[in-house]
Amino acid sequence: MSTENNVRIKAENVHFYYGDKMAIKDMSMNFYDEKVTAFIGPSGCGKSTFIRMLNKMNDLVPHTRAEGSIHFDGENILEKGVDVVKIRRKVGMVFQKPNPFPKTIFQNISYGLEVNGEKNKKVIAQAVEESLVRAALWNEVKDRLHDNALRLSGGQQQRLCIARCLAVAPDVILFDEPCASLDPISTNKIEELILDLKKNYTIVIVTHNMQQAARVSDYTAFMYLGELIEFNSTDKMFTVPREKKTEEYLSGKFG
Amino acid sequence: MKNKIIQALGFSLITLSVIITLIFLVGIIYLIISKGISVISWEFLTSVPRKGMTAGGVAPAIVGTFYLTVGAVLFALPLGLACAVYLNEYSPKGFIVNIIRMSINNLAGVPSVVFGLFGLAVFVKFLGFGVSILSGSLTLGILILPAIISASQEALMAVPQSIREASLALGATQWQTIRKAVIPAAIPGIMTGVILSIGRAAGETAPILFTAATFYKRGYPTSIFSEVMALPYHIYALMTEGTKPDLQTPIAYGCALILLVIVLLVSAVAIILRNKYRSAYVH
Amino acid sequence: MYNLKERLIKILFTVLAFASLFFLLGIVFVLFKESLPIVFELNIFKFLTGTHWYPTHEPAEFGILPLMMASLWVTVGAMFVCIPLGIGTALYVNELASLRQKQFLKPVIEILSGIPSIVYGFFGMLIMAPLIQQIFNIPTGLNALTASIVLGIMAIPTVASISEDALSFVPKSFKEASYALGANRWQTLIKVIIPAAASGISTSIILGMSRVVGETMTVLMVSGGAAVMPRSFFDPVRPMTSTIAAEMGEAAVGSIHYHSLFAIGLILFLVTLVFNAFAEMISRKYRIKLGLDR
Repeated sequence: MSTENNVRIKAENVHFYYGDKMAIKDMSMNFYDEKVTAFIGPSGCGKSTFIRMLNKMNDLVPHTRAEGSIHFDGENILEKGVDVVKIRRKVGMVFQKPNPFPKTIFQNISYGLEVNGEKNKKVIAQAVEESLVRAALWNEVKDRLHDNALRLSGGQQQRLCIARCLAVAPDVILFDEPCASLDPISTNKIEELILDLKKNYTIVIVTHNMQQAARVSDYTAFMYLGELIEFNSTDKMFTVPREKKTEEYLSGKFG
Repeated sequence: MKNKIIQALGFSLITLSVIITLIFLVGIIYLIISKGISVISWEFLTSVPRKGMTAGGVAPAIVGTFYLTVGAVLFALPLGLACAVYLNEYSPKGFIVNIIRMSINNLAGVPSVVFGLFGLAVFVKFLGFGVSILSGSLTLGILILPAIISASQEALMAVPQSIREASLALGATQWQTIRKAVIPAAIPGIMTGVILSIGRAAGETAPILFTAATFYKRGYPTSIFSEVMALPYHIYALMTEGTKPDLQTPIAYGCALILLVIVLLVSAVAIILRNKYRSAYVH
Repeated sequence: MYNLKERLIKILFTVLAFASLFFLLGIVFVLFKESLPIVFELNIFKFLTGTHWYPTHEPAEFGILPLMMASLWVTVGAMFVCIPLGIGTALYVNELASLRQKQFLKPVIEILSGIPSIVYGFFGMLIMAPLIQQIFNIPTGLNALTASIVLGIMAIPTVASISEDALSFVPKSFKEASYALGANRWQTLIKVIIPAAASGISTSIILGMSRVVGETMTVLMVSGGAAVMPRSFFDPVRPMTSTIAAEMGEAAVGSIHYHSLFAIGLILFLVTLVFNAFAEMISRKYRIKLGLDR
């Protein structure tokens, strides 16, 4: 692990509103290359809202408004008129509930390549295989690539969604409670996968599960009522939290 | 004891009503099949009427119904699907969309003869298409348009939001998402609506009475501006304008059977498709 | 909206969507426009209340009351057939049918609702009319009674399938609560399930009525076609729909006759619009009601 960390995304004084209601209040923090940053906090604290700002998914929700700046790849992505499609290609996302398309396994992965203009069948086939291998799913599905993806188990579906995301070759991957609907064995596989993937990507994960944050992340951000209470390296956060609120949350006093 | 007697009586009434219903409805179908089947032959299906509509086949009517139905779907499907996509994917949600949805629902219940009046005033007279396949197809197309819009809209609405998010998160544009993720997932539902509309368009008579149909037509239509014979209208004409009932009633039975087979087959396919699609989603 | 193509596609869809709306609203516009001349040519009050419809006589008379009365009679008559049979069928499917019967009956009812009206008219003319004529020993079987019966049969699937939907939406807990209080199945059905589904059932009746009022081919073939005030169900009648269908072919474009047929169409349109709006209102309330009950 290098000691010198490269900042990949820099958020400064970010506010976010649903209508008049403020959901995120004055958040500033950095996301580092080849590191896993975890968000913890009670439900409704704004952690999902915040990471959905990083790939502009909140644009889909009407009557919302953002302030502040999030610098990524040389531009402030909160500014009006940024190319959201380009940002989403670079910042991939894995959702809470596995959401494969009702298509074949192969088509699920080739989808992202096709919408990004890749037409060469060989390139696509190769990328499909590579992504599935990286997502540790290849051995389980290589003989039935043309089966409907909805026939896979929940854990397999989630790894398929990860593979689908990898195929587009993003720089950053956002995981929004990726194990929320999975059994412990599948969860374990996804966690191993995240640890493996961080060698090449900037990873952000929202989780309900503090142990999961402790197991997979390098940095942890604790949010409460739309505010960033504490942001620190995971080791420090879990051993010597600075804030009283953090300590209370970690010790299960609320949440 | 008294309660038991009332219950038995009530349940017998209910059972009786279902039996009467089935006798009527299945009876109609049975009647038409049993009387129509003896008329159906290869010649009946493929040749033109002869001897002043008292002999020969009904091929021009089959062909006419085919043209009218295909024309109606060709017109209504793109328009209806586009309307549904707009309402469900592009337009801002809220009051206006609700108003539009309500008016479409209401138009679905407008009597078909009123659509015929519209077709007469607009396509036949105002646009000068005359009594023709074109006028009839457009009229039937507008008749089935509300059904196609609402079926498509329902199908699009049933596509989970997570599918759209997944696609957009992969860097697809909105149009790519609609075309490659949302519509394919909605296809079975849309198809169900379209197929049911085909059945409806094929069986409707009133809208084509004064926009497309004719009783006496020698041979097949030559262009979209030709008048056509159509199966449902042919039945009507044989029964009301026919001069030799003993010869023409069997022909009408034959036509009714063909029409019934088309419509029942079409709706059975739609219902099977829909049930299959429902279970596929629950998986 | 970050590039031109996306924007153009959105515009295209907007245009197509409004084109279909344009066509649909065009119906309303055309009906009004083509009916309007009768306001200047005829006395509206006389048009609506006149009892003589002689559009081609000299001098012509345009009173549509007999046509409206015919529609009313035939519709009411049809309700006597389709309400008991339709709701009875729905109750059977929902309450008494075994699973296998249900799996058979539900799609069959749905498929039957797709039978074209011309087929019902055909059946009415060939089977029902002679039957009625014989049973009641009357001069013609083509009359209001036959039309009512055939229309009623036609509307059974509509009433049955919508009612059945409504019944199946009634939460199981209602039923269980009633059984737990010692009510038997019949009492539960009458006192709990039917009231809970009442608005859905009324919706089905209204939509059935709407279908019957607007039905054209069946009445054209079996109602007998006499444009006089109906005095008994054995009289031949001429409802509004069949008047349009029968006479539009002969009416000269632009004549008073032509415009009055459009006016009849407009009235039909408004009547069904009211029915449908009513049905929509009830079913909306009903959804809210059940939602709160949960």
